[in-house]
Amino acid sequence: MSDFPDSPIQLRIASAAAHLPVVRAALERLCQLLGLEENTSAEIVLAVDEALANIIRHAYHGAADKPIEISFSRVGVGVGEWVLRIELRDWGESVDPSRIKPRALDDIRPGGLGVHLMNKCMDTVQYTPIAEGGTRLIMTRRLSARSNQ
Amino acid sequence: MSPAADSIQKVQWVGPDRRTVLLTAAGDIDLHRSAGFQQALLEVAGMGPRRIVLDLSQVGYMDSSGVASLVKLLARVRRDKVDLKLSGLTARVRSVFEITRLDTVFDIYPDVQEALES
Repeated sequence: MSDFPDSPIQLRIASAAAHLPVVRAALERLCQLLGLEENTSAEIVLAVDEALANIIRHAYHGAADKPIEISFSRVGVGVGEWVLRIELRDWGESVDPSRIKPRALDDIRPGGLGVHLMNKCMDTVQYTPIAEGGTRLIMTRRLSARSNQ
Repeated sequence: MSPAADSIQKVQWVGPDRRTVLLTAAGDIDLHRSAGFQQALLEVAGMGPRRIVLDLSQVGYMDSSGVASLVKLLARVRRDKVDLKLSGLTARVRSVFEITRLDTVFDIYPDVQEALES
C-alpha cells in the first residue's frame, strides 16, 4: 500500500466500447494494489464500466472517436481514512444532473439499470455539467481500514 | 470472429424431443459485446425451443447492457411460453443480478445439470 502513488493515475481513451475491457483490467489491478477485497474491487470496476458505457451511449451517442479522461486517486479524508476518487470527464452532450435517476427495480424492462448499479456500488456519485462542454463525473468509494495498512 | 459473434460459444439441442436448447456463453458480456449476445439469444428463441438453458459459468463479467439482453429474452420467452433457465452464474455476475434484484425474476440454477433436470 505504501507503494501506491500519491499523484492521480490518469488514462485518456477514445469513446470506443472495445476499450472498456482495458480500463476494467487497469482498474482491477489498481484495486489489487490498494489491497481491496475482491467484492469491493468488483463493485468499483462495475461502477466505472457503467459510467463509461453511459458516456459512450448518451453523451457521445455511440461515436467511437471522442475523448474520455479518467483519473484515479487515493484521497485522505481524515486521520487514517481514505477514499478512492474516480473522475471521468467527457466533452459530449451533458444532461441536467437532476434528470439522471435510476429506474424503479420492479419495472422489469431492458435498460436503465446502469445508474442504479453506480449508486449502489459507490458511496458518492456526482455529475457536474461543464460550461465549456461536457460533464465531469466524480465517484468515491471509502477504502476499508484493511486496505490502508 | 467478431466480438459480437462469439459470446454464445455453443448451441446444443438436447433432451428426448430435442426441444431444449443448451446455450453456452463465454467471455465478458459488456457494451462491446451485448448487442451480438442479444441478437444470438433472440435468434435461438425464434427457432421454436420449449426450453432454453443458458450456461453462464464461463462469463466472468456482465454489465447492465448484458443484463438488459437477458431481460429482453425473458420478455420474448414469456410471450412465447418458453421456459428460460440460467445456470452457473459466477460470483460477479450473480452480484449484478442481486443488486438489480433480477435474481428474483429469473429462474437460476447452480449448474447446467440441475437446470436440465428441473
